Amino acid sequence: MVPLSYYLILSALLFACGVAGFLIKRNIITIFMSIELMLNAVNLTFVAFAAELRMLSGHVFVFFVMVVAAAEAAVGLAIIISVFRTRETLNVDRVNLLKL
Amino acid sequence: MSLHLWIIPLLPLAGAAINGLLGKRFPKAMVNAIALGSTAAAFMYALWVAVQFAGLPADQIPHIERYATWMTAGTFSAEYGIYLDQLSLVMLLVVTGVGFLIHVYSVGYMEHEGGYYRYFAYLNIFMFFMLTLILANNYLLMFVGWEGVGLASYLLIGFWFLKDSAANAGKKAFITNRVGDFGFLIALFLLIKHFGSLQYETVFKAVSAYPVEASAGLLTAIGLLMMLGASGKSAQIPLYVWLPDAMEGPTPVSALIHAATMVTAGVYMVARSNAVFNRAPIALAVVAIIGTLTAIFAASIGIVQTDIKKVLAYSTISQLGYMFMGCGVAAYGAGIFHLMTHAFFKALLFLSAGAIIHGLGGEQDMRHMGGLRKYMPKTFWCMTIATFTIAGFPPLAAFFSKDEILWATWASGNHLLWLIGLIAAAMTSFYMFRLWFMTFFGEYRGVQADDTHHGHDSHDAHGGHGTPHESPMIMIVPLMILALLSFVGGWVGVPSALGGSDHFDHFLDPVFTTYAPAPLAAEATAASHEDERGTEIAFMLISVGAAALGFLGAWYLYFKRTDLPAKMAASAGSIYTFVLDKYKVDEFYGAAIIQPIILASTNILWKGIDATLIDGAVNESAVGAQDISDGVRQMQSGNIRSYAGWVAFGAAVVIAFMVWKGVR
Repeated sequence: MVPLSYYLILSALLFACGVAGFLIKRNIITIFMSIELMLNAVNLTFVAFAAELRMLSGHVFVFFVMVVAAAEAAVGLAIIISVFRTRETLNVDRVNLLKL
Repeated sequence: MSLHLWIIPLLPLAGAAINGLLGKRFPKAMVNAIALGSTAAAFMYALWVAVQFAGLPADQIPHIERYATWMTAGTFSAEYGIYLDQLSLVMLLVVTGVGFLIHVYSVGYMEHEGGYYRYFAYLNIFMFFMLTLILANNYLLMFVGWEGVGLASYLLIGFWFLKDSAANAGKKAFITNRVGDFGFLIALFLLIKHFGSLQYETVFKAVSAYPVEASAGLLTAIGLLMMLGASGKSAQIPLYVWLPDAMEGPTPVSALIHAATMVTAGVYMVARSNAVFNRAPIALAVVAIIGTLTAIFAASIGIVQTDIKKVLAYSTISQLGYMFMGCGVAAYGAGIFHLMTHAFFKALLFLSAGAIIHGLGGEQDMRHMGGLRKYMPKTFWCMTIATFTIAGFPPLAAFFSKDEILWATWASGNHLLWLIGLIAAAMTSFYMFRLWFMTFFGEYRGVQADDTHHGHDSHDAHGGHGTPHESPMIMIVPLMILALLSFVGGWVGVPSALGGSDHFDHFLDPVFTTYAPAPLAAEATAASHEDERGTEIAFMLISVGAAALGFLGAWYLYFKRTDLPAKMAASAGSIYTFVLDKYKVDEFYGAAIIQPIILASTNILWKGIDATLIDGAVNESAVGAQDISDGVRQMQSGNIRSYAGWVAFGAAVVIAFMVWKGVR
């Protein structure tokens, strides 16, 4: 059986990739995908612990996270489309109307 | 039995309220009816009260009426109440009577002035506060009246407030009085601290338990502080400087407030507090000395003044000095007697002067008068009676009152004060006859043409005054009544030495003996010995002689040899100008007190504390907040990835913290 630490290390790596992509990338779609990556890294942790500790609540949490992620994807993509329609760009550095 | 005395002060207050709030739209007749009606009603009611008072049994005097509790703080409480005894009755009749006459006179005098309704509203509010002052049954309510008359005085001095000198004179009066009020207030605080009350009868009873203080003690302190208050309100050294400037107000105001009534409030207060002063010989001596010094000091300035109202102003200060002199030798009755006669003849003098100023279209300089006897005979005769009265010729009113003060001063053993008082009396006679000769005799020295110099009273609406003219009857009738009072007013107090019964003094006696310390009370009853009768008559002859001397001097210098005064002034040189400049007291106060205060206020309080410290602290904290905000603002770049970076950084910090905690 694969030890728990393997899952956790993989999950941490995935999460770090997500954070790095989130910070580095300029394309909103990529940033969005990085967020999904982070969410799924967390999901991996949940299921790993659930399997290790033999508790169902970890699985339940994963379902909740997936539902929220799906909803977020729907809303997020809609926002992205509307941003693209008005600004004609997906570069976040140019979506800076909030700047003073 | 209640006499419903509250009605008396409330009548003028109602008049003031109606005229002050709505008077702008009223025709003059309506304003007159309200102002004069309320004052006349107050006077009539006061007369009725006097009749009722005469019928009161002795054990019901003082007649005290309590209406409501004003304030309570711990064990201390003050109430709305009225204290009517012989002293306040005399004041009541003088204030309402003279006040009413001056209201009538004002109708004629102020006819051409703007702000007519305002003038009468102020005059009525003055009456209200003055009546509050004299009728109050505790010191706190008296203080309300005390401050109120100060306010009315300020408003009326500055009645022509567009003129800088009038506005400044009002301010000066108010601020100078504040110095005196400070003393009065501290005296009240001492009373509260040691006696727990400001009600007259409580305080007087408590004070009665004290012995006469051989050296300075509590009562001396209270007495001296009260005298400071009195010297502010009654224009005594060192706070008299405001009164001559107060002549900027309309002349009837000078007559009512700055001669007949308000300025005597200090004398009233000292007489009212006789229980305190009788037990504080040092304070009493200070009162006598201040009074005497003021009497001669102001009289000497009065001799060289050329403005008719200024002469009368200094004369008022001098006469008030006499009243304090009387109170200071514990002859309160004599002081109040002089207060009453002074109210008559000084009001008459001011109103006559007002009639002259009115008739000359605002001219106040006596050098531009002269020969007015022909033009205004009625005013002349009234003025003549007033002049002979103030000079102290028998059988006119001031002869009896002034002489009683001088005699009481001598009898109390203060021979030096008596001598100074006598010299001041001669000077009084001199400067009053100087005024009389300069205005009414000789040739008219004014400008006959239409471009008459318009002086202080700004009768601009009059147009030019070609020749002097007599005043209308509405101004002359009050003069005549006051002349009659000045003539016979002293007869209520003819001393026993002249075969009279000294009725006035005996009437007031209960006020001044009830709370007197034992030896004084005995002395008072044993006074007026037969063997002193000859001496008293001799002293009267001396005072009349002094008055006659003044008359002769004035007659010689200002009637017979009119060229002499100028030569004498020239030969006296710097001394003359020094006196003409009022001994440079104003300049001295300016340099010694006002300038340092201004300098300290500007440099330390304003520039140092306000501008640097307070404004600095406020501005610095604002600048600091701005700097911090500027720094923090850099985080709000609008760049989404930088926000994300901050979030990640924050999360990292939280995780690091938790790990660190977990390790420990």
